[in-house]
Amino acid sequence: MDEIRKDVIFYDESGGGVTFSGGEPLMQPDFLLAVLDQCRSESIHTAIDTTCYAETDILTKCADRADLLLCDIKHMDSGKHREYTGVDNKLILDNILRLAKMGKKIIIRVPIVPGFNDDIINIENTAEYVTTLNGTRRIDLLPFNRGGVEKTSRLAASVSPMEADSPRQEVMESIRNRFTEYGLEVKIGG
Amino acid sequence: MNDRVRALRQQSVNIRPYISSERAELMTRFYQSEVPQRESVPVCRALSFQYLMENKAICINEGELIVGERGPAPKATPTYPELCCHDLEDLRILNSRERTPFLVSEEVRKTYEQEIIPFWSGKTLREKLFAAMEPKWQQAFDAGVFTEFMEQRAPGHAILDDKIYHRGMLDFKRQIEENRRKLDVVNDPCAAEKEQEYRAMSICADAVMTFARRYGEKALELAEQENDPARREELEQIAEVCNHVPAHAPRNVWEALQAYWFVHLSVITELNTWDSFNPGRLDQHLYPFYAKGVEEGTLTPEQAKELLQCFWVKFNNQPAPPKVGITEEQSGTYTDFALINIGGVHPGDGSDAVNEVSYLMLDVVEEMRLPQPSACIQISKKNPDRFLRRACKVIRTGFGQPSVFNTDIIITEMLQDGKTIRDARSGGPSGCVTVSAVGKESCTLTGYMNWPKIFELTCHNGIDPNSGEQIGPRTGDPHEFTGFDQLMDAYKQQLAYFIDLKIQGNNTIEQLFARFMPAPFMSVLMDDCIAKGIDYHNGGSRYNPTYIQGVGIGTVTDALTAMKYHVFDEKDISMDQMLAALQANFEGHDRLRNILLHHTPKYGNDDDYADCITQELFNAYYDLLNGRPNTKGGKYRVNLLPTTVHIYFGSVVGALPCGRKAGEALSEGISPSQGSDQKGPTAVIKSAARIDHARTGGTLLNMKFNPQVLAGDDGIEKLAHLIRAYFKLDGHHIQFNVIDAKTLRRAQEQPDQNRDLIVRVAGYSDYFVDLGVDLQNEIISRTEQQVF
Repeated sequence: MDEIRKDVIFYDESGGGVTFSGGEPLMQPDFLLAVLDQCRSESIHTAIDTTCYAETDILTKCADRADLLLCDIKHMDSGKHREYTGVDNKLILDNILRLAKMGKKIIIRVPIVPGFNDDIINIENTAEYVTTLNGTRRIDLLPFNRGGVEKTSRLAASVSPMEADSPRQEVMESIRNRFTEYGLEVKIGG
Repeated sequence: MNDRVRALRQQSVNIRPYISSERAELMTRFYQSEVPQRESVPVCRALSFQYLMENKAICINEGELIVGERGPAPKATPTYPELCCHDLEDLRILNSRERTPFLVSEEVRKTYEQEIIPFWSGKTLREKLFAAMEPKWQQAFDAGVFTEFMEQRAPGHAILDDKIYHRGMLDFKRQIEENRRKLDVVNDPCAAEKEQEYRAMSICADAVMTFARRYGEKALELAEQENDPARREELEQIAEVCNHVPAHAPRNVWEALQAYWFVHLSVITELNTWDSFNPGRLDQHLYPFYAKGVEEGTLTPEQAKELLQCFWVKFNNQPAPPKVGITEEQSGTYTDFALINIGGVHPGDGSDAVNEVSYLMLDVVEEMRLPQPSACIQISKKNPDRFLRRACKVIRTGFGQPSVFNTDIIITEMLQDGKTIRDARSGGPSGCVTVSAVGKESCTLTGYMNWPKIFELTCHNGIDPNSGEQIGPRTGDPHEFTGFDQLMDAYKQQLAYFIDLKIQGNNTIEQLFARFMPAPFMSVLMDDCIAKGIDYHNGGSRYNPTYIQGVGIGTVTDALTAMKYHVFDEKDISMDQMLAALQANFEGHDRLRNILLHHTPKYGNDDDYADCITQELFNAYYDLLNGRPNTKGGKYRVNLLPTTVHIYFGSVVGALPCGRKAGEALSEGISPSQGSDQKGPTAVIKSAARIDHARTGGTLLNMKFNPQVLAGDDGIEKLAHLIRAYFKLDGHHIQFNVIDAKTLRRAQEQPDQNRDLIVRVAGYSDYFVDLGVDLQNEIISRTEQQVF
């Protein structure tokens, strides 16, 4: 908490606050719940940056205490999702729907990876899904970067990084326009 | 930018600076005459100034609208042999040095050899100054404990207020005459002296009018020869402007800018003043003329912008005169530290003063992209976010301008110093970061004080390890210290000794200027010299503070913190081990150095352990210096800034307990030691705010951002929030480099392809390739903030 408090002046100034990210912050729910409670009691704005791949009751418990959820949607097709992330997307999509029904403020974040999820069908499916989320309008598009290549080599882990290039500016623009046609607020980066 | 401005800008950028012997020759001829024998010193100075203004070459460049050069042509740089005289070796080095050279023609060299050097040798103020200093002062100076500004240039750091926009030289002459007539020759024992000062002021006002009139004549002459009718009309207009100002108050934007420019040239011709001269809050001064012109339909915003751009070029045409006693390795700068203020509050009621000219000037800064003049914005909590965001966009273009000042804390600083609320609100920074009341203050910066050197002396019981000489007091053998307090006390005793020594020297030097080098023209401009009949150098101004600039607060915090942490608190390194490692410059102590560099609390990380020491160091300096009397009837004040001296100061300091090796640069301003701030920009700001800025006259915080971090509207928002947050914490000033290390390294390797790369050094911007290698490396090694 001491580390969080150090930046209160900046939260006050910018209207920002603290974002819990990771990894996956929901992997340590007890710690997260305790810090969220403390932040709330000190009027510090909180956000959770999550894959939403978590047990629903843990997610909702944490979400209940946070001001904002940043939820990733990597792919709408469950097969593709499983192929690239190793897990099904059903739990994720159900969870986000659940959060929306709770009336939580949500920002959807879509990493755009050329050749993986930048095709028009996936974009349209994503947009349609988001329009079913009550009150959620905001999408952040995150252009893929190759920062992970170097990181993976440092971790010497068995995972292999995505083999893809960063999307071109025009591609990002056209995806943005497509989302905008669904009445969504889109930002590149975020 | 239109074609005219592009051409003028290009000319200014392309011409290589060179030495002009014109001023030196004229001064020599004047002082060889019989006049100095029969006149008082102030009158003699005034007559020599008049001789310069009557005889120096007149130069109107093709296409320009604002006219006047200090030398005979753009970048022709005069010298001031009465202050300090270049010798032949200086001229040789200037002509040939790799960085910031000044070309010296064979003719100039000969003139120096035959006329200038023989006449001035033994007569310069610099020689008088060094002769008057005690050996212990000289010892400390030679060891690099402090520097002395006045050995090369005259006191300056002066900012003009709005007086020349309401009154002309004829009005000032009337005011001088009225005061002269009021002299009480019976009851005022100084009346005779004042009489001389008034005569001198009056002569100077005449001289400046003569100078302008000569420009008017030249313009008419050129108009007659001109074939292009449009240009002929412009030249006629220039003649009309020069015939009107600065004798009379200006009537429009063009005349206002020209009036300032004549005054500026006059100040920097009279003496080689530190930080040249500053227009101060130019958007405020110009706005009434601008608004009137637009309303009457005689001026468009585009015309105003063009005039401003022509004005900008004039500053860049005047390189800082080079120093004497230089070495091949020393680098200089062409930047002469003129700083234009934009924004801030109205003096009368403290309300938001941002106007259309403020925005126009930000456009000009962005388009001109010149190191001179420098520009800053003043931001009060009352100024709109739109203004700050516009300035942030210019900052993001990456050449270090504008720097950003906190108006609200500046006002507090001025009130703290006893100024009236009106003077406080109308004030601002000049040069790098030090603030003063515009048009009424002699704010003398006298030299830098090397805090880490003083720490090193503390570790050696007052002996300088470089020379083996005892230059400081014996404050105890640190091997015998049993607690951190003993070390801190010893440091404070050393500090007290050197502050006293510096003040003692300053007392003599201030009076040398008052006696031998009065500045009667500057005295015309600065309230209340006319009312008092006393020269600017002798306490004539309303406010008269003297500064000794503290340098290396980050480095010395880290050094003392490491001692406290390892030797006294954790006790994992003994004092013997530590001092032995420093002695060896960490050779064979790699593990120890690694601990000191990476596993020790450091300033700049919002870490109480280190930041409490920063506070203690600041308070010690403040308590020892602030409020001490100077010879001008003013008091000493504290400011923290380095310009480029953190490189030189670093070169004379051995290894330090923070892991810094011998000779490496010190931290600059109040920025953390290069690379030691690892917790991001917000942590830097929190640490920097632990210093009580309200009790200073200026602090300098530099921050370097990777350009990607500031991309998009988001980046601008974040930068603006960061600035607002720092100012909410009462920070004084912040400036930014927005550039990545890769670009800088490439520029180091390929200087010719990167001649136009401008970076923020410390309080000023400069061409990167012109900087010395050490300074280049220091800038590269500053932490590059990658995220917010």
